[in-house]
Amino acid sequence: MPVMEYIDAIRLAMKEEMERDEDVFVLGEDVGVKGGVFTTTKGLQEQFGEERVIDTPLAESAIAGVAIGAAMVGMKPIAEMQYSDFMLPATNQIISEAAKIRYRSNNDWNCPLVVRAPIGGGIFGGLYHSQCAESIFFGTPGLKIVAPYSAYDAKGLLKAAVRDPDPVLFFEHKKCYKLIKEDVPEDDYIVPIGKANVIREGSDITVIGYSLPLHFAMQAAEELENEQGISAHILDLRTLQPLDRDAIIESTRKTGKVLIIHEDNKTGGVGAEVAAIISEECLFELDAPIQRLCGPDVPAMPISPPMEKFFMLNKDKVKEAMLQLALY
Amino acid sequence: MSSNKQLIDVVMPQLAESLVSATIGKWLKKPGDAVEQYEPICEVITDKVNAEIPSTLDGVMGELLAEEGQEIQVGSIICRIETTVDAPAAGSAAIASSSTGTTAVDHGNAAGISQDVASRSRYSPAVQTLAAEHGLDLRTIQGTGLGGRITRKDVLTYLENGGSAGHPTSQAIAPSAPQAAPVSQPVSQAQAAPAVLNQAANEPVRHSGLHLTETPRIPTIEVEGGDRSEYFIDVTPIRNTIATRMRQSVSEIPHGWMMIEVDVTNLVQLRNKIKNEFKQKEGVNLTYLAFLMKAVVSAIKDYPIMNSVWGVDKIIVKRDINISLAVGTEDSVLTPVIKKADQKNIAGLAREIEELATKVRAGKLKLDDMQGGTFTINNTGSFGSILTQPIINYPQAAILTFESIVKRPVVINDMLAVRSMANLCLSLDHRILDGVICGRFMQRVKDNMESYSLDTQVY
Repeated sequence: MPVMEYIDAIRLAMKEEMERDEDVFVLGEDVGVKGGVFTTTKGLQEQFGEERVIDTPLAESAIAGVAIGAAMVGMKPIAEMQYSDFMLPATNQIISEAAKIRYRSNNDWNCPLVVRAPIGGGIFGGLYHSQCAESIFFGTPGLKIVAPYSAYDAKGLLKAAVRDPDPVLFFEHKKCYKLIKEDVPEDDYIVPIGKANVIREGSDITVIGYSLPLHFAMQAAEELENEQGISAHILDLRTLQPLDRDAIIESTRKTGKVLIIHEDNKTGGVGAEVAAIISEECLFELDAPIQRLCGPDVPAMPISPPMEKFFMLNKDKVKEAMLQLALY
Repeated sequence: MSSNKQLIDVVMPQLAESLVSATIGKWLKKPGDAVEQYEPICEVITDKVNAEIPSTLDGVMGELLAEEGQEIQVGSIICRIETTVDAPAAGSAAIASSSTGTTAVDHGNAAGISQDVASRSRYSPAVQTLAAEHGLDLRTIQGTGLGGRITRKDVLTYLENGGSAGHPTSQAIAPSAPQAAPVSQPVSQAQAAPAVLNQAANEPVRHSGLHLTETPRIPTIEVEGGDRSEYFIDVTPIRNTIATRMRQSVSEIPHGWMMIEVDVTNLVQLRNKIKNEFKQKEGVNLTYLAFLMKAVVSAIKDYPIMNSVWGVDKIIVKRDINISLAVGTEDSVLTPVIKKADQKNIAGLAREIEELATKVRAGKLKLDDMQGGTFTINNTGSFGSILTQPIINYPQAAILTFESIVKRPVVINDMLAVRSMANLCLSLDHRILDGVICGRFMQRVKDNMESYSLDTQVY
């Protein structure tokens, strides 16, 4: 099994899906000749031509609108938003059109669309290149949202998203692109949308999260196990919409102590909904208050390096929160 | 290994903010080599900087855990250094650093769990559910959680042991510490945690719950991390560097000191006349400091001995005049360097001063910005001082401070006049420099400062 980076796994998923199905095509800003600002789509235009890897104008609303129209007549577009921060002009298209078309047309139409967008900070990108957009779309029924943490999941979830008959938002963390390197099979596999994944078994505390912060949680769990004998159970949500309620409940029951982590703002974030599910379903299994460790409620990621460091989660912050919960 | 030898792990330091890993370039020490503190042990290559990793202590190089060319995660162990420290002291030092480590991240965004210390009789839903299912009397179970709270795991362990309160088996977090129950003084979580862990290991475990109603003994906790009357602040790497360098300078260099006063009235007028136009044209502020720097650099050219280093059997005079500029931040002071300052005009110096100050405050200084300084200037007037006794920026020969510009009555030709005056202070390495040469140097600086006039060109 080849070792590849998170970004390579995403590229491979697109390549395989385009080889498998002629209806799949990619569109976005600079995805063609340049191969994407992060090189996510590098080489695709050479292989599949200009008609299947389309450089668009700088107009996210148009990218989403064109993709939605194509999807409704049977194509399988993968629309790239250069940064999830730039997605906002396309929100009307995504929320009011893509998410609702099946419902509005009483099942006559559907919209097999994938929107890929890099989220998150840690790259000194400042406020327009570091936001987490998931909470903007999170409360919209009709959308599916995935946010992989591993390279394996990134490939499998993107392939599942392409094959899904409804719109899927694929949030990839830009800090993971080069940070995560692991074995990724070259065969055709998918990771089912809507299924969370236990990435570490444990008995003292449960950590629930998605995307980059889980990387910190895994390192922290390793250290806590060695230093203090604390055994952490870690659940990767993988899909944010719809949330895997059963997996959340099961992981909570395992230890009775839950820490939820994500980089998006605490208020109104995915963690709030996870916490609500736990308090609805697991009151009598709880052994400690549900904890959340998230980005602070400030308007945007600061550009100053010390401030960005303050904003971002890291291994030490996650470890401290896990330790406090374990000691409770 | 004998009892007073200890192997200390050396980890890959965070060389730059965004760095996740770095590559070992070359090992400069082999296993068995003697290593002194601050001596480079290996070269590392990153996409940002190439640097040497200094040893953190004196000792003998142990095994190398990373190969040349290997990419290592920040924080991973690269080698071990064997050192002769007596074991108990090193042990407690390690504990101290780990406990300050945990408090350091306290400013994170975690919602703090309420620090109720009298949690012995407050049961979580999970504990109550289990107690009801198994018909347990919770008063007979020992709590190991915060403030003696009975955790879900305590109940499960109790059940595993067939319902006896004693002999907790392989309890993961803390075996059992009944005496730690209602602690009457508020102890912060971070402090209480290691204490409970330590104590639990030593205390004999009770075999029944009979005595639990006794007034609990308050454990004597050696709290790491201060008390009501004081608190501790982590020594950051930069603080540590400042401390080391300052101590080295003061202990090695015999400091001499002198001060002169300069009439800068003409300079004030000159600057007021051109500063707005300059700002518009150049986009940077035309500061007094730039004029002073020019005056100092010209004087150094006349007295090159000011630009030297003590070499024990010789004095090394530097040909390039590279001015270190002391720039303060809220919690540190750095001395970035203006290279070849003698080849720059006042406008060029003003621009470079502003660029370096901005870099310092943004935390964006590169290694290169910090190296090669031969003489230091500190603009102490900027924080209101009128007289300072600066510590020399080791290993340079002298440091000059520019104090506040103050309007004062001055006698000129037996008449009183109001003039803008400023003090210049100089600390000198008395091994290299004496009063006469420094007096001449300072006089030259003074002449240069006082000869600025409305006709002076800044370009």
